[in-house]
Amino acid sequence: MSHALTTETKEKPGPSPKAKAALSEGKKAERRLGLLLCAPAILVMAAVAGWPIIYSVWLSLQRFDLKFPDRVEFVGLDNYVTVLSNSYWWNAMWITIVITVVSVLIELVLGMALALIMHRTLVGRGIVRTSSLIPYGIVTVVAAFSWRYAWTPGTGYLAEIVAGGEPVLTEKIPAVMVVILAEIWKTTPFMALLLMAGLALVPDDLLKAAAMDGANAWQRFIKVMVPVMKPAILVALLFRTLDAFRIFDNLFVLTGGSQGTSSVSMITYNNLIKGLNLGIGSTMSVLIFIAVAIIAFIFIKLFGTAAPGSDNGRR
Amino acid sequence: MAGVGGAETTGRKARWTVLNILVVVYALFPVLWIVSLSFKSKATLADGNFIPREWTLDNYAAIFSTTEFVRALVNSIGIALIATAIAVVFGTMAAYAIARLDFPGKRFLVGVSLLIAMFPQISLISPLFQIERSLGLFDTWPGLILPYITFALPLAIYTLSAFFREIPWELEKAAKMDGATPGQAFRRVIAPLAAPGVFTTAILVFIFCWNDFLFAISLTSTENSRTVPVALSFFTGSSQFEDPTGSIAAAAVVITIPIILFVLFFQRRIVAGLTSGAVKG
Amino acid sequence: MAEIVLDKVTKQYPDGAVAVKDVDIEIADGEFIILVGPSGCGKSTTLNMIAGLEDITSGELRIGGERVNERAPKDRDIAMVFQSYALYPHMTVKENMAFPLRLAKVDNATVEKKVRDAAEILDLTQHLDRKPSNLSGGQRQRVAMGRAIVRSPKAFLMDEPLSNLDAKLRVQMRTSVSRLQKQLGTTTVYVTHDQTEAMTLGDRVVVMRGGAVQQVGAPQFLYDHPANLFVAGFIGSPSMNFVPAGLENGVLRSALGDVPLTDRVRGLLAGADAPREVIMGLRPEHFEDARLVEEHLRGGGVTFTSNVDVLESMGSDKFAYFSLSGEQATSQELAELAADAGSADVPGGGVSLVTRISAASTATEGEQAEIWFDADKVQLFDPDTGRNLTYSTE
Repeated sequence: MSHALTTETKEKPGPSPKAKAALSEGKKAERRLGLLLCAPAILVMAAVAGWPIIYSVWLSLQRFDLKFPDRVEFVGLDNYVTVLSNSYWWNAMWITIVITVVSVLIELVLGMALALIMHRTLVGRGIVRTSSLIPYGIVTVVAAFSWRYAWTPGTGYLAEIVAGGEPVLTEKIPAVMVVILAEIWKTTPFMALLLMAGLALVPDDLLKAAAMDGANAWQRFIKVMVPVMKPAILVALLFRTLDAFRIFDNLFVLTGGSQGTSSVSMITYNNLIKGLNLGIGSTMSVLIFIAVAIIAFIFIKLFGTAAPGSDNGRR
Repeated sequence: MAGVGGAETTGRKARWTVLNILVVVYALFPVLWIVSLSFKSKATLADGNFIPREWTLDNYAAIFSTTEFVRALVNSIGIALIATAIAVVFGTMAAYAIARLDFPGKRFLVGVSLLIAMFPQISLISPLFQIERSLGLFDTWPGLILPYITFALPLAIYTLSAFFREIPWELEKAAKMDGATPGQAFRRVIAPLAAPGVFTTAILVFIFCWNDFLFAISLTSTENSRTVPVALSFFTGSSQFEDPTGSIAAAAVVITIPIILFVLFFQRRIVAGLTSGAVKG
Repeated sequence: MAEIVLDKVTKQYPDGAVAVKDVDIEIADGEFIILVGPSGCGKSTTLNMIAGLEDITSGELRIGGERVNERAPKDRDIAMVFQSYALYPHMTVKENMAFPLRLAKVDNATVEKKVRDAAEILDLTQHLDRKPSNLSGGQRQRVAMGRAIVRSPKAFLMDEPLSNLDAKLRVQMRTSVSRLQKQLGTTTVYVTHDQTEAMTLGDRVVVMRGGAVQQVGAPQFLYDHPANLFVAGFIGSPSMNFVPAGLENGVLRSALGDVPLTDRVRGLLAGADAPREVIMGLRPEHFEDARLVEEHLRGGGVTFTSNVDVLESMGSDKFAYFSLSGEQATSQELAELAADAGSADVPGGGVSLVTRISAASTATEGEQAEIWFDADKVQLFDPDTGRNLTYSTE
């Protein structure tokens, strides 16, 4: 009890300026050390993330095409108008949303099943956990190539068995489906691990009590486990949604963005690195950032998720 | 661990075994496929068979004879190791401070790193591309190491602060009472106890750096700093190989080896690391 | 070694909550003093302020005559034993005990000798090379003590050092802590929520409640002369019985019958400005089976008859429980005590009574028994302020 009490006090927001004078030597040393220890991380994040973010907003307000470096000028919101009235951009946005929603939903179901298997299995728990970590750990590009060759007629087994020798990756809808499959394969284990952390929070006694009260396995899952796991589920969903929204690697290897399968990240990359149009590329960057912020906001508002890590950081 | 209300029967075990085999097959299939491709000879490469009809090491011999791949491998290893080392050191320092010390701006730091963790990397590409070009960092090791550190830091900070929180608070109080300065308490009591957590974090950060494709393809342009995932994608269509499939497969297997080793030897730690930060956050 | 003085020490958190207010305690050199109270009473905060682990908001803390408010823990030369023992898991027993000396840059030979000596005293010599995880609870506790004594500090601070041990070991360790303190003669401040530990260990006991000191005194004195309802109810096990009573013409009217005021009680009450409604406090051992009370003593007390709810035979004596009809004694302090004991929501109306009677009693569960109590042992409390109206220092 006393331990919890003292821990609690450490969390209180910093002392008021009035109390500052009363800080003992130890307290001052603690503050100094705290700032000192965080300084390198803060500096790196400020220099490599903070400053560029501001800079990209600035870039997005300019006509800035590296192919015509003499014609740089401030154009206000013109780039935003250009991008937002462009059908390629909206197509990419829809593709991204479809991939995100479909893959995350399927991952949630599969991930939950995998989490239950990993959590409850009677045999070979180590093997299951080890092998399901492989999709998480493997380089995305490697996995993407594996899928690409599997779906390439002639080379691949899936092209023969599933698609009957048809080239699936050269048509829009089948290609998107393959991309979604690759996403699901790669990230379901990560989802499962996050959910498993939530499963571990469900007390065994609670399930036993529910069983004694006459709940069958499905009722125990829906009425007992899911409510207790809700925070973990929401966090896993938020993480994965934001992550899926950035999809790039799989698309790059599998379709290269052809047949209108570009995601927003892909189309931004093409404008930026291939097209060398910094102004338009930055505008898209800012728009993607805004989209991600909206997703996070919806999650936090709608589902009442405490922002992940918010209580984490405060202990 | 038996299911609620039931005894461990053979039927139950059999069902679990089947489920587990399904999981293993699901996880390993694409990996085995690319391994199989890498061992196929040129003649059988396009036969569509899952298991090679003719086994050969030619593909491996081929990639290791090109500077394109060897150089990329060196870049990958060097960049990932350096970025991991720096991110873990900075992350450990910051995580300790966040988990244990009281100082102004702590919440702000947590908020910012959360923001970066959720940040779409593509949004940083355009400014970084321009900034790195003007600073001469484009297509250099530091040019990749810096963004890797930045994006690995939130991961490192979260995982490590979860580990630090598991170390009883009273140990530090005890160290203080025993006459230690905060610095000594950190070095002599906390750091040794945090070592397993630091190691786990290092693995996770390394996997992150090793995996990256977007930064690597955007912020490099030559063999100078191109990493393997990017080099792989450039094998395609390169006139250097008649058919790049075998080479790509072999190179893909080579960069998968470290991941497999990590997973095999440190499965427990990786699971703990990925879930520890997630339980609370 | 040194005396420790807390002079109007107050702890207020930035959010305004006051954890400890105006605590005045003077601890003599070599004294063993106990801070006791229910959880949240501020005893641990007080200890942490003495340790330097928490800042003092106002007031002064002096160790050996010097103000130490601003000093870091390491510069106060005091050692602490924690509830969880806080042994460093990566160090052996020997390294754990040597740690404070190493930090103080003591030379190797001295470290070696001091650790050996401490291990000798605590009977840890054969465990010196083991890690804490391989030790039993009692051994860990002793290592924690060892780490505190090796550097011969000015004072020991102990934060519930025995509460993680099982009941039997706790009793054993209690006596050895006491013996060790006598042997070393080092000023010791000991925090506990267990009133038995408080009674048995300390030279003096400080009872705290809600961040304020309620009473300071020798254990027996607190037991015999509690300053208020809280102390009366907190010290003693089973705790004092409280029965509401009306004060009329020198007689207390209560559920136990009419209790005449003895000369002693009347004398104490005279200067106390007593209200008409009071709470009567009676220790369990002041009751007896009426049949076993000698005839000439009966007149000095009151006899009542009631049904025995539960009878517990302890061998040496018996506990008989009664429920009497009538109002329960109510006061804020009693409610707090009940909450701390976890009995606040135990259902039951009326007055419940615990009596400790002779083993020779023939009282039987479920049957009527005639019980006598000594009217001169009655203590009376003001229900509003909790003040002991019959308080005396003799």
